[in-house]
Amino acid sequence: MRIPLLRIVPDDTKFDFMRFRRISFPLSAVLSIVAMLLYFFIGLNFGIDFVGGTLMEVQSKSGPANIAQMRTTLNGLGLGEVQLQQFGAPTDVLIRIQQQPGGDTAQQAAVAKVRAALGPDIDYRRVEVVGPRVSTELLAYGTIGLMAAILGILIYLWFRFEWQFALGAMVANIHDLVLTIGFMSIAQIDFDLTSIAALLTILGYSLNDTVVIYDRIREMLRRYKKMSMTDLLNISVNSTLSRSIITHVTVTLALLALLLFGGPAIHSFTATMMFGVVLVGTYTSIFIAAPILIYLGVGTTRLSEAKEKETAAKDDIPARFREPSAPGRR
Amino acid sequence: MLYFSRWKTAVVLGITALVCLCAVPNFFPEKVVDTWPKWAQRHIVLGLDLQGGSHILLEVDSNAVRKEKVEALRDDVRRVVRENRLGSPGAAAIRGNTVEYRLREGADPALALTKFRELAQPLGGIMGPTGQRSVDVVDAGNGLFRLTVTEPAMLERIRQSVDQSIQIVERRVNELGTVEPSIARQGADRVLVQVPGLQDPSRLKDLLGKTAKLTFRMVDMTAAPEPGRVPPDSEILQGSRAENRQPYLIEKRVVVSGEDLTDAQPGFDQRTSEPIVTFRFNSNGARRFAQATQENVGRPFAIVLDNEVISAPVIREPILGGSGQISGGFTVQQANDLAILLRAGALPAPLTIIEERTVGPGLGQDSIEKGTRAAWIGSLLVVLFMFATYGLFGLFANIAVAINVAMIFGVLSLLNATLTLPGIAGVVLTVGIAVDSNVLIYERIREEVRAGRTPISALDAGFTRALATILDSNITTFIAAAVLFYIGTGPVRGFAVTLGIGIITTVFTAFTLTRLMVAAWFRWWRPQTIPI
Repeated sequence: MRIPLLRIVPDDTKFDFMRFRRISFPLSAVLSIVAMLLYFFIGLNFGIDFVGGTLMEVQSKSGPANIAQMRTTLNGLGLGEVQLQQFGAPTDVLIRIQQQPGGDTAQQAAVAKVRAALGPDIDYRRVEVVGPRVSTELLAYGTIGLMAAILGILIYLWFRFEWQFALGAMVANIHDLVLTIGFMSIAQIDFDLTSIAALLTILGYSLNDTVVIYDRIREMLRRYKKMSMTDLLNISVNSTLSRSIITHVTVTLALLALLLFGGPAIHSFTATMMFGVVLVGTYTSIFIAAPILIYLGVGTTRLSEAKEKETAAKDDIPARFREPSAPGRR
Repeated sequence: MLYFSRWKTAVVLGITALVCLCAVPNFFPEKVVDTWPKWAQRHIVLGLDLQGGSHILLEVDSNAVRKEKVEALRDDVRRVVRENRLGSPGAAAIRGNTVEYRLREGADPALALTKFRELAQPLGGIMGPTGQRSVDVVDAGNGLFRLTVTEPAMLERIRQSVDQSIQIVERRVNELGTVEPSIARQGADRVLVQVPGLQDPSRLKDLLGKTAKLTFRMVDMTAAPEPGRVPPDSEILQGSRAENRQPYLIEKRVVVSGEDLTDAQPGFDQRTSEPIVTFRFNSNGARRFAQATQENVGRPFAIVLDNEVISAPVIREPILGGSGQISGGFTVQQANDLAILLRAGALPAPLTIIEERTVGPGLGQDSIEKGTRAAWIGSLLVVLFMFATYGLFGLFANIAVAINVAMIFGVLSLLNATLTLPGIAGVVLTVGIAVDSNVLIYERIREEVRAGRTPISALDAGFTRALATILDSNITTFIAAAVLFYIGTGPVRGFAVTLGIGIITTVFTAFTLTRLMVAAWFRWWRPQTIPI
């Protein structure tokens, strides 16, 4: 082990993260509003999972696909809006046909028409047809799922920490989701079932991060009863900073590989995750989730809480390790 | 924290090895695995998005079932009216789920009420009679009766229809000769058909989309097939495309129906060598068909499939043998499919395709290759980074992560779980999470070292404190994965499964393997400083 180990974050950082809240809170508020405006004015690019319709991934068997010609052919079928775009390789084309009026059978008829029109030179790599009822249900399930996840996590945090932490985490959470949805609106990423999966994973990861910091805050609360809340939060965030950064580097590396080599099928999934986990998640736990505790009044109830928890802390740490000169930077 | 008793070590290593071993069958070709004992055969199933195939969600037309149920009630009412001379049977009218009937002047309402009540049967459940009846009878006064099919009776009928539909769909799909199709009920009135390796589902969809209600009926020659002048016991039906969509006036009375067929086979007409379907009636059908053809020599009869006249040949001589043939300008494929449909039987109600997802084998192969490559590259990057950051401890972490991934595949095999492309992404993300647990531990140890602790006490405190955090943070992600599992279908569910399993194995390896490795290293070297 003569090679020096990589240190991304120096050992004793003393950033005043809490002071930054005067910038981060308004910044997040503005960004959230912008995200919501994006959602309302540009809107999510709902995929067929949620609005119904047909999605076909086709491959031309003889060299690059002539998208212009295919577009003319398909628009002549009277199927309403037909979108074509190159998908990955130049031979591959993604065809999107809007929901056909006339219920579920009409969707199938549209597919048959397209197959007939495009002729034998086409290989159908993927065909997805979602009828109007299924899409409505999927959207409902997706929304309920997100809500249920948030609620479930909230309840867990409430049991495990105090309610202020649960509330703080929830605010941070919703902030993440709102920004990610804004990002998806502006990038016009297909919003489908996979996106719900991405959102839920972002939720999980971002919370994971928040919980790590909260865990440290709770520990510090038990240990230092006279320290001011701002100092305490600063120390907590600083001491977990190295972990936050290193973990995010590893997650980024994993996502980067998926983004670059995973193929177009999971491209939008990884892009969303990248934004949510890497860009928003880390920022949120440090600059939103931690400082918000100041406003939620964690400090005011903490004296009585601390006493109660102290006995518990004693059980955790063997007596010989409980030095009075425990790590403290002030 | 660092002390492991010998048996504890053995248990941990044993479990780890066992779970990893479960992944072994995946590395052998299927033929080899088939020769192994049953318990060793469990392996990961590739999702339809990876191996290609069709996922088709069908919905039983419950409105048609409801309509049929009310119509049956109306026919019952008419029969009761006729038998008891309560008035003109034709006056029974359907209004929603209700049949209305007004008695003739002077008919006995009390008699009518009793007789109508006899139509209502008690509904049986698994728990015995539920006290509910299949029909509500209301005497609205002035000789007006309202008979309503109760909702439980409707639901029961729909349930039966779905059960029947599943059986028939199963028979039809099996006729296609595909490998391991899966047919399952979903929700109240849906059937999910999953057929791996099916490249073009249009034939399957054709087969599933037909009700295949076959009837043999007489053509009504008393009137011309013109709307407006249809006799009450006949209806106008269109001919098939081979019959130029010509209208026919067909008697409603069914001579023989498809239920009386015992067999149907595609074949060729001996004279014209046109593709045909030959069929055979059961004894009941044969008898009735013989009788009808004897009585009606010289008249045309119609073969009607799903309210479309396939052909209307003239009976030249009585058909007594109980077998016959259907010709209708079929192609070979059409004759084949019709034979399949007739053998499988008619659906109790039409099925509608409400969702279809088909992946060709080429795309599936591409996805496997790209997914695997991305997984390897991602893991490699993470492993290198961990080694650069933590040195020897990074190596421990990497070993733990490798075992972790092996365990994920082991558990997936044990559950016969489905691996999808998002599932592969889930594995890659788990590598991220698994590494995080090590990062948490190591960072904590670094901190404790900086705080001036001795190596042993730093390691001990690092593990103790980090593990609580690891548990907390992973449970939140696990909740998200669980929700995803419940709401997701297909590929998304595959992602939830790998993510969820990954979290469990991560917590396991963090609590046991990493600790075990560090403990062993410490006991062996007794280092004065921790190289971290």
